[in-house]
Amino acid sequence: MSIEVLSPGPATTVQDAGRPGLRHLGVASGGALDPWSSALANLLAGNAPGAALLEITLAGPTLRFAVATRVALCGAAIEADADGTPLPSARPIDLPAGSVLRLGRCLGGARAYLAVRGGIALDPVLGSAGTDLRGGFGGVHGRRLQRGDRLPLPPVDDRFDTPSLHVPGWWIDTAVDDRPAGDEAIVRVLPGHDATTPPAALFARTWTVAADSNRQGLRLQGEALAVADARERISEPVVPGTLQLPPDGQPIALLADAQTHGGYPRIGHAIRADWPLLAQLRPGDRVRFTPCTRGAAHDALCRQRQRLHRIALALDAKRTRA
Amino acid sequence: MSTFDLEPLGEDALLLRLGDHIDPAVNRRVHALAARIAAASPPWLRELVPAYASLAVFVDLDLPCPPGIDPITVAMDGLRALVPTPDTAVPVAADDDAPFDIPVCHAPDFAPDLDALAAHAGLSREETIARHCAGDYRVAMVGFAPGFPYLLGLDPALAMPRLATPRTRVPAGSVAIGGAQAGLYPREGPGGWRLLGRTPLAVFDPVRVPPALLVPGRRVRFRAIDAATFARLARAPA
Repeated sequence: MSIEVLSPGPATTVQDAGRPGLRHLGVASGGALDPWSSALANLLAGNAPGAALLEITLAGPTLRFAVATRVALCGAAIEADADGTPLPSARPIDLPAGSVLRLGRCLGGARAYLAVRGGIALDPVLGSAGTDLRGGFGGVHGRRLQRGDRLPLPPVDDRFDTPSLHVPGWWIDTAVDDRPAGDEAIVRVLPGHDATTPPAALFARTWTVAADSNRQGLRLQGEALAVADARERISEPVVPGTLQLPPDGQPIALLADAQTHGGYPRIGHAIRADWPLLAQLRPGDRVRFTPCTRGAAHDALCRQRQRLHRIALALDAKRTRA
Repeated sequence: MSTFDLEPLGEDALLLRLGDHIDPAVNRRVHALAARIAAASPPWLRELVPAYASLAVFVDLDLPCPPGIDPITVAMDGLRALVPTPDTAVPVAADDDAPFDIPVCHAPDFAPDLDALAAHAGLSREETIARHCAGDYRVAMVGFAPGFPYLLGLDPALAMPRLATPRTRVPAGSVAIGGAQAGLYPREGPGGWRLLGRTPLAVFDPVRVPPALLVPGRRVRFRAIDAATFARLARAPA
């Protein structure tokens, strides 16, 4: 039982909650870049929030499903159809056996997530089925999807079948928090080890996302920043969220596949609750940073989790009634 | 330094800094400190990530805490109690642990930079190999790529700046020198270090237990082997 990849899309990988705890061996934390949207997609498909699913970057794959299943799309709005019938995001969709799901361009945001009932059944490597592109392991042979790949599904569950495509009339609110969406993303930042000169320069400027961004980091462009102490530094540990400042003065926001150590000045750390916003930035998008305290970061993360739990409970109640 | 620097590293980690330059003695203290914290196994501890002169301590953000206290504060207090003055209070073990032996073949195909390295050092090819193999190394940290060891202990005569333009493809197992450091590439990929040989060992294999042969703090030696031995070891299961 599997999903056949008819066309792969430019950068589609299998991801899950990643492999934390191995940074001392040089292994990236990994996992879905937008943990919020991937968790929502999984909940809608009836999975645990960290189940293995597809992370789609800018444009999607075309997939043929050998068996009937339930899928869900969350994250970036994306063109989608099943055998020609347009499909919306943010709700569970029942696909009959033999369906061809075509995913087109991401219209708003950079990354869409496709969850499949039961999760993609790849064997975990170092505790995760997610793809480590730089390490070349996990997911499908440690790489992006290719035409002809087959994604294994869990053993057939006779409780699930659908004779035809079913798209419910309801959906969930996928907003990550209460803040209104604007032209610029606002990402909250904890202090880093290195001060810029002048001190608040990072927050005073608008940054544009560069095209050579990837799962390792978002490269930002704007009026160059400088650190107060420009001496060479030795490598120290870095983490996803770290804002590094290379000598060209253009910051890099490290993402889930961040290397474990770095020698560039660290001018801040994007808070976890805002990683979903960073993950959805497309080349050319604008972002601003705003200072944050540890307490506010903790509150924001707790509120996000609370939101996720409420959605999970609501979906459970809906399933029980159905 | 009577106390140590302790600063937050993002939301869920603390960074202990013991120095600001690459010094084998400081790095030994980093590993001794990591061993002391690991042995105490405090309930908030998630992971310890050593670097040359610093140690990242990852904290469980879900740790149950009294009202008004957060896990980072608990961990900070715990670390201060555990290691009040790491310079003096954390004993560094004697240098008597057995080194991990890395066989290296220096055949020309495996060692594209060996002649340039020998010329840079003013040594013969054989003398360069002998000095590299005479070194007593330690894994200062593992980073850059999964399982990539940064080794301290290189003979200063063999230090050589990295390539001005990194190679796009360095073969897996390449044994390398970058500045004053030694290392080896566990997997094929881009890299700018000077290549002086190749090991048949899979130093990092994500599906093996344990995945990494060279862990932070591990003592390491290189041993020269010929091409026939390389071929035999490359065929042998790890």
